[in-house]
This record gives sequence, structure tokens and C-alpha cells, in this order.
Amino acid sequence: MSRLAVPKTYKLFIGGKFPRSESGRVYEVNSVAGEFVANAAQGSRKDMRDAVVAARAAQPGWSSATAYNRGQVLYRIAEVLEGRKAQFVEEIMLVEGASAKEAETQVDTAIDTWIWYAGWADKYTQVAGQANPVSGPYFNLSVPEPTGVVGAIAPQTSGSLLGLVATIAPILVSGNTVVVVPREDAPLTAISFAEVMATSDVPGGVVNVISGSPAELAPWMASHADINALDLAGAGSLDWASLQIAAAETLMRTLAPVEGIPASSLNRITAFTEVKTVWHTKSLI
Amino acid sequence: MSFMDYAPAPESTGILNLNEHYGLFINGEFVAGRGENFTSISPATEAPIATFSTANVADVDVAVSAARAAYDSVWSKMSGADRGKYLFRIARLIQERSRELAVAETLDNGKPIKETRDVDIPLVAAWFFYYAGWADKLDFAGLGANPKSLGVAAQVIPWNFPLLMLAWKIAPALAAGNTVVLKPAETTPLTAMLFAEICQQADLPAGVVNIITGAGETGKSLVNHNDINKIAFTGSTAVGREIARAVAGSNTKLTLELGGKGANIVFDDAALDQAVEGIVSGIFFNQGHVCCAGSRLLVQENIHDEVMDRLKTRLSTLRLGDPLDKNTDIGAINSREQLDRITALSAQGEAEGGERWSPACEIPSKGFWFAPTVFTGVSPSNTIAREEIFGPVLSVMTFRTPAEAITKANNTPYGLSAGIWSEKGSRVLAVADKLRAGVIWANTFNKFDPASPFGGYKESGYGREGGLSGLTAYLEGGAA
Repeated sequence: MSRLAVPKTYKLFIGGKFPRSESGRVYEVNSVAGEFVANAAQGSRKDMRDAVVAARAAQPGWSSATAYNRGQVLYRIAEVLEGRKAQFVEEIMLVEGASAKEAETQVDTAIDTWIWYAGWADKYTQVAGQANPVSGPYFNLSVPEPTGVVGAIAPQTSGSLLGLVATIAPILVSGNTVVVVPREDAPLTAISFAEVMATSDVPGGVVNVISGSPAELAPWMASHADINALDLAGAGSLDWASLQIAAAETLMRTLAPVEGIPASSLNRITAFTEVKTVWHTKSLI
Repeated sequence: MSFMDYAPAPESTGILNLNEHYGLFINGEFVAGRGENFTSISPATEAPIATFSTANVADVDVAVSAARAAYDSVWSKMSGADRGKYLFRIARLIQERSRELAVAETLDNGKPIKETRDVDIPLVAAWFFYYAGWADKLDFAGLGANPKSLGVAAQVIPWNFPLLMLAWKIAPALAAGNTVVLKPAETTPLTAMLFAEICQQADLPAGVVNIITGAGETGKSLVNHNDINKIAFTGSTAVGREIARAVAGSNTKLTLELGGKGANIVFDDAALDQAVEGIVSGIFFNQGHVCCAGSRLLVQENIHDEVMDRLKTRLSTLRLGDPLDKNTDIGAINSREQLDRITALSAQGEAEGGERWSPACEIPSKGFWFAPTVFTGVSPSNTIAREEIFGPVLSVMTFRTPAEAITKANNTPYGLSAGIWSEKGSRVLAVADKLRAGVIWANTFNKFDPASPFGGYKESGYGREGGLSGLTAYLEGGAA
């Protein structure tokens, strides 16, 4: 007699905890063949707003951690992810219809992408910052620093784990916190990834995952006055011009949609930073 | 005249050789605009200076076409070294004509000649000189080999530093290989037109720089034109928002330098005489018409009274009057409209319980003037502690701990500038880390340099001008 399986309940990830949607809603996640795989929480506006509160609360601590420490915490996530590879491969095969090889490649690439970004934590300011030779007795430095709380729509048609990782890793590296809407029809890897977060050393609230409909959630993100920047990576099929119009109300920074998976780049890190220039007088001696 | 007064020492306007009318500068020539002409007046005397053309939609289209043609056929094909040489020429011509430009700027804007002569115009030349050198070094901008320019840039600038804002916009755009259409503010178009003459003197290829005059409608037509690749705007947050909405869903790159409500934080271990000078230059430089002005003074509670005494003593020595007089510290407010706004907000400051003080000073009978004004007893929720006044009005608040100072300083939707006054380096650096502002001046204020990036957090806009960031803002793959 075969053992009866124990299916997982997929919930949201807010402030380091796994609540159900306050709306009580769930939606069905199916395989490519149309078979029921699991229920996912259908996040609401209120869930999104709760997530922003958690992200805001976590932001000062995360951004004031030393860059070395942030790099280590991020690297630790890759380690935990590596150990749980099988689970992600299975979820990707099941929901995305990928072959075992394709699924493995996606997970490997996601881990390697994560490590690539983790290593930038204590380097990007050196590459993107400048010492400015001003005409006068002043010490003058320009250094990028995190913009704050970032809302993100992960890619909706490419690999669900890789898309999520390539979206949130560059946001986190500099010290931003994030509220991300994962791929709507394949949210399982995102929630499992949240479990990776919860069991590594990332403080609660640094990453928040709200599964559900990007079309429903994105407008609330774009008009949220406590979100500093919006990554529309996976919003290509939405009316993203309207999202940018809403974001303009608070001069929220926005990054336009991309085709497929966002390419790894320093630009994606600096897109979510602000350059701060500090002048200090030098005494005349 | 008492023995303490200075004899008048006006700078001569004889150096100027102005036209009665200036057309639009399109494709290397001055042409008539299709809109109605308007007059720019001297805000210190209300006397007319010259008339200017208004560019309507059709004129804007012609200007953008000229910029596009110059981009395609000349400027994008020219070597960086040659582009740089043109910019060096322009920098030199500005230096050679600097006195004339200073007088023209003071006449048209109302700011003191000592500021245009010692700050505005030298910085204009420096800006072109700095970016000239970048033109053949774009490979070192951090964007890989042969970074591409964007194309045609639409640039709209304000009236507070007319020629300097023009330099901030045009110098990096041209160095990176773009061509431009620029619109100066309708109350201060004069030096932009003198700059157009300089472009002619420098033999800059026709169409690389186009300057069109007019009011808000002209600016709107320009930023809404469908053949531009980049918009750079300096001005109000309200207009910045409109522009951000207008480019939504497009690939047009956008740099916005918007409003501010800068906090100038004075700790009890500051060198107080220097701090008082910094407070004065923070809010009374350029009549407070400065987006990065230190308009909120946060002074540690235990030194509040002493700082106020010293500040009031210092303000009583400032000379308000003829901007062309070399002894003048405080010039005219740029326009009647701006004067009305400052007057109304100050009245509201009083109505909401702020204690208002101004030094005794004689206000000229003609022109637009506002005495330096200090409000004490201001609460963070008061209108004058929240809204940008853009005038010589300082709102004073107190704090007890560095944490309170940081919280109060960051308690604004803006994030352009901040000042820190303390003789303790470790405190300065710790506070600078926590302030959410793009430019932080420690033991100084309102310093600008072409090598130093400038720009805001939050609703003060996005993108940076100046320095390497200011260059990459005009290159593909660069910021904003």
C-alpha cells in the first residue's frame, strides 16, 4: 500500500511569516496539462499594504547592515537553495511543464545568478561611486545608497524561479527591501523560495511575496505612497503606462518591463539606488 | 547716509549691446516665432529689457526637426575630440564675455551682481570646460566601449539660475553626442539668447543647439513632442509630475530636478560664526530662489537663543537693493507672481502661529522686493515648514538629540539637500548617512561644482546633474 502524500499549503510571505490572504481567497495552480497541483493564496490590496509596512519596518536594519554582512546573508540563501534543489526542480516540472534537465538548468542558473549578485554587495558602491575633484577645499564623495522599499512584478512568462531571483536579487543587494508579485500561474517556487528565506538569515520583512494577480495588485503598488521604486520587469502584458502614470504622483522611480528574464547587470542594482553627494570642508592649514 | 553706509557702486550696463527683440534660435539662426511676442522686464525696476518670441507647436516642431537633422548628419558622426573642441571654445567665449553675461543676468533675473559675477557665470564656464573634456573619453564612463548618445534632448529650465541651468543641461548633452532644444523660463530668457550668439561665434554646427522661448505652453509642446529621446527638466514638482506622466509607457529618458525643503542642522558643538554664515547663504543666497535652499533651520535647543541672536545681528548687516550695485547682498524677487506667493505663504506662517522677524531695511519703491524673513517657533506641521516657499524665508525649529534632528530633517516628501554643522567628524558622517537627501553639505552650504553630482531623492526628482552621473544621464545604458 503506497503512503498517502501530505500536500503543502502555499501561503503568502509577509514580515517573515506565512499568513493566508486576509481576503480568504485562493486560486488553483494547475499543471500544463490542466491538472490541479495546489491552491495558492490570492493576495489582496490589504495584503500588499501589510507587506509594504513590513518592508518599510525592515528597511533601516537591512540597509545599515554592513555590506559584507549583507553579502554573506545573501550568499547563505544560495547555499540553502542548493540544498533544496530537488524540491524546486519538481515544482518547475510540475507547473511549468519543463523537462527534468530544463528544470535543473533553471534552478542552477537561479542559484548562480543569486551568487553573482550577492558578491556585488560590498563592491557596487566602489564601481558606481565617485570621488569628485571640486574646485575648492572640500572633501566630496558621491555614493549610491538604497532607494528604500521597492515593489516588483516578477516575469510572468519565463522560468518562475529564475525570473523571481533575477528580479529581487539586484533590488536587495544595496539594502532595499522588496514586495514582489511572483509569476501568477506558477507561484509555487516563489513560496518555496520564501521558505528558503525564512530558514536563512534574512531578517523578516526584507522580502515579501504576495502571490496573486499582477493586474489586480500592480495598480495598488504604483499608487502606494510608501513605495520608493517600482520594478515592472514582468508587467509587459499589463497596461504599464498607466502604472507609470500612477507612480508619477509620488515621483516613484520605475523600471520598464523586460522581455523574458532580466539580464544580470550592475545597472539593475543602481536602478534602485540614489546617489548621495556629501561635501565637507577641509580646514586651511 | 550714515557713516556706516556704503556709497553706491553700480556695475555699468554700458557693456551690454542688447537687441530690442530676440527671435527663436533654430538651426543656427534667429527666426521669428509664430506665437505672440512677450517682454522681459527687470524685476528690480520693472523696466522692459527686450521682447522675445513665443514658439508655438509648429515652431517647436521645426526646432526638434533641426535638432534631429543636426544629430543624424553632423553631431552623432563627429569625433568626440571635435565635439570637445567646440565645447572648449564655448567655455572660453563665456569666460571672455563673462562680465557682460553677469550684467545681463543680473538685469533680467534681479539677483545681485556679486553673485552672477562670482558664482553663476564662473560656474557656467566651468561646466562647459568640465564636460568638454569628457567628450572624447566616453569609453571611461563605465558603460563599456563606445557608449551611444540618446539623440535629441528636450530641456526646460527655471528662472532662478538662468544661464547656469542652461549650462547644466547643454554641456553634458553635447559632450555625450546629443543635440538639444532648450526652453528658458519666460521671465529670464535674455542670457540664453546671448548664449545663442556665443554658439554662432563658436561656429557650432547649425541645429546642435536650438533655443526656443515662451511660457508653459511652449514647454509643454516641447516635452510632448514625439521625436525626442530625452527630457531634462528643472522646476516645480507639480510640473515634474506632469512630465513624468507624459512620458509614461515610452522609452524617453527623464531627468527631473524639482523642489526641495532642505534642512540645515546646527548642533551645539558647531563653530557658530561659520554656522550663521552657512544659515545665511543657505536661505538668503539668490533671495532664497534655490531649490536646494536650507529653508528649514533645525537648531539644537540649548543654543537656539544664541544662534538666533547672532543670526539676527548678521541679517541686520545685509544690504538689500539695486542688484547691479556691487555691495548688494539681497536683490529683487524674480517676478510679481513669485513675490505674491512668498507674501501669501509668509502671511500663512504668521497665521499658523510662527513668530515673524525681519531686519529693518528700506524696500525700493519700484520692483519686486521681500525683506529677509525669519520665523521662529515653527512646528513641523506648519505650512511654512512643509511647502517650498522659494524665497528669503527661513523656518526655525529645534531638536534635542541627533535622532530627533534626523527624523525632523527627513520628515518631508522632498529630499534634495541638507546641511550639517558640527565640529565632530564622526557625528557629521553618521548624520549624513541617515539623511535622505541627494546633496549634503557639512560645515558649508549651497556649494556647486561641475564635477559634483546634484539631484534629489523622493519628490525632489530623479537623475543627477554634474559629475559622471550627469554625463551618463545622456548616454544609453546610463542612469535615469
